[in-house]
Amino acid sequence: MTERRFLRWLRPWVFPALLVGAFEWYARRAAALGSDALAPPSAAAKAFVGAALDGSLWQATGFTLGTAALGLLLGAVLGVALGLVLGLSRRAARLGSLSIEVLRPVPSVALIPLAMLSFGFGVRMELAIVAFATFWPLLVLVQSAVQQIEPRLLEVSRVLGLSARERAFKIVLPAIVPRLFVALRLGVAVALVVAVTVEIAANPNGMGYAMMIAQQSFDPALMLAWLGWIGVVGFAVNAGMVLLQRVVARRMGVLP
Amino acid sequence: MNGHDRGRVGIVMNRLGSLAVLSALIALWWMASNAGWVSRVFLPTPQATFASLLEGLNLSGPNGNGGHGELLAFTQATVGRMVQGWLLASLFGVLLGAAIGVSPAVRAWVQPTLEFIRPLPASALLPLAISIFGLNPGMVLFVVAFGAMWPVLLATVHGFAAVEPRLSEVARCLQMSRAAFVWKMGLPNAMPDILAGMRLALTIALIVAVVGEMIASQSGLGQAILLAARAFRASDLFAGIALLGLIGFASNALLALAEKRLLRWQQP
Repeated sequence: MTERRFLRWLRPWVFPALLVGAFEWYARRAAALGSDALAPPSAAAKAFVGAALDGSLWQATGFTLGTAALGLLLGAVLGVALGLVLGLSRRAARLGSLSIEVLRPVPSVALIPLAMLSFGFGVRMELAIVAFATFWPLLVLVQSAVQQIEPRLLEVSRVLGLSARERAFKIVLPAIVPRLFVALRLGVAVALVVAVTVEIAANPNGMGYAMMIAQQSFDPALMLAWLGWIGVVGFAVNAGMVLLQRVVARRMGVLP
Repeated sequence: MNGHDRGRVGIVMNRLGSLAVLSALIALWWMASNAGWVSRVFLPTPQATFASLLEGLNLSGPNGNGGHGELLAFTQATVGRMVQGWLLASLFGVLLGAAIGVSPAVRAWVQPTLEFIRPLPASALLPLAISIFGLNPGMVLFVVAFGAMWPVLLATVHGFAAVEPRLSEVARCLQMSRAAFVWKMGLPNAMPDILAGMRLALTIALIVAVVGEMIASQSGLGQAILLAARAFRASDLFAGIALLGLIGFASNALLALAEKRLLRWQQP
């Protein structure tokens, strides 16, 4: 019985261990043949410990996560606000539809040069792009969440003579909380991906840039360490959001 | 006037209304840039953007004859990269996904790894790909295909995992071969998931293609807008952004149409 549980615990790790082992073997052979484009995972682990000890790891991670969070906050506030308006008023939704259809498909990375031009490098540029990228999914999801609210709840608010503001805060927002968290989870994933992408493409800060500069200074071990770390951070943040969403859903009485 | 006509009038009015809102936004842009509320270094006038677009696409030049723009070639390069990468991603995503999804044992061993890699930004693979393949078009194509493959792959695995157990029993009773099971039950069952994954993959393919062009300086719209921004040619920059938006819009619309036709059997 315990043996079985041990096997089940072990199972997810076998495939990645095989992959890493194969990569180690391949990179060592390539290094023996005189290539310095790749490093074995063992060297990457050493480089990772080095970066963790000298603090550059935490600084860059903090920058990326902080900027992504601020950008998401900005995009989410705007997206939720507009989503509420468009969800509550069918007329507003119809009037805005064409503008949204035209603006939404603009790929967020296309704004990197524009943000570079208007904000220069730094937090603000990355913030603007993350906000743009997270605005649209939140807008669309919140709008559809509001449109799916039980109509009787809205009738109740009309009967009670609530003002538009009271209706939004007392009826609509509580009613969409579970769906709002689904949207937020998506927003978090988008924000992290976009933040790293902006850093790789342009912004000289954060994890993406650290990885890029490691590649450019021919330090493949450090580059692989960053790649692995970015993967771990992304996985941890997403897993945390799934957990949070489940807790919220349970508290609101909606089973996941 | 009967109800049908009134509905039609309503639709026309809605179209006109949303068109009016879009025009109002453009008018706001026109006012903001012409009145100098925002510096023209960042925000070109709509007419300058339009002129850049026309000239870049060789539709009008300074002397009334064709311009010398390269936007058309850039657009072709970017679209080509996006579509090739997307097709490769769809092909390998479905093949690998079917191979993994068809057997519950393989799924149990491999899926946790896939779930781990899923949140990794595709563009984070660019530095790795650069050091393996060097700066060339094939490298960008590889990253586009690899990054766009994940949604298709995971959707296919999910679609196969969600095959109704009774269907699998039927397949066993009929002694269908594994290939026949994949072709006749697995793939049709996973089709809606796969198409949704392919739609996401197309968006990712466009994004990664643009980022790849920016970093690896491959000719295309990504590189063009980056150079335009560095040279403070805001109208060229906006023309490039507008074209990228158009590409995103058109590809998404085409795929939505295809999805609707392919999934006709789902509708009651």
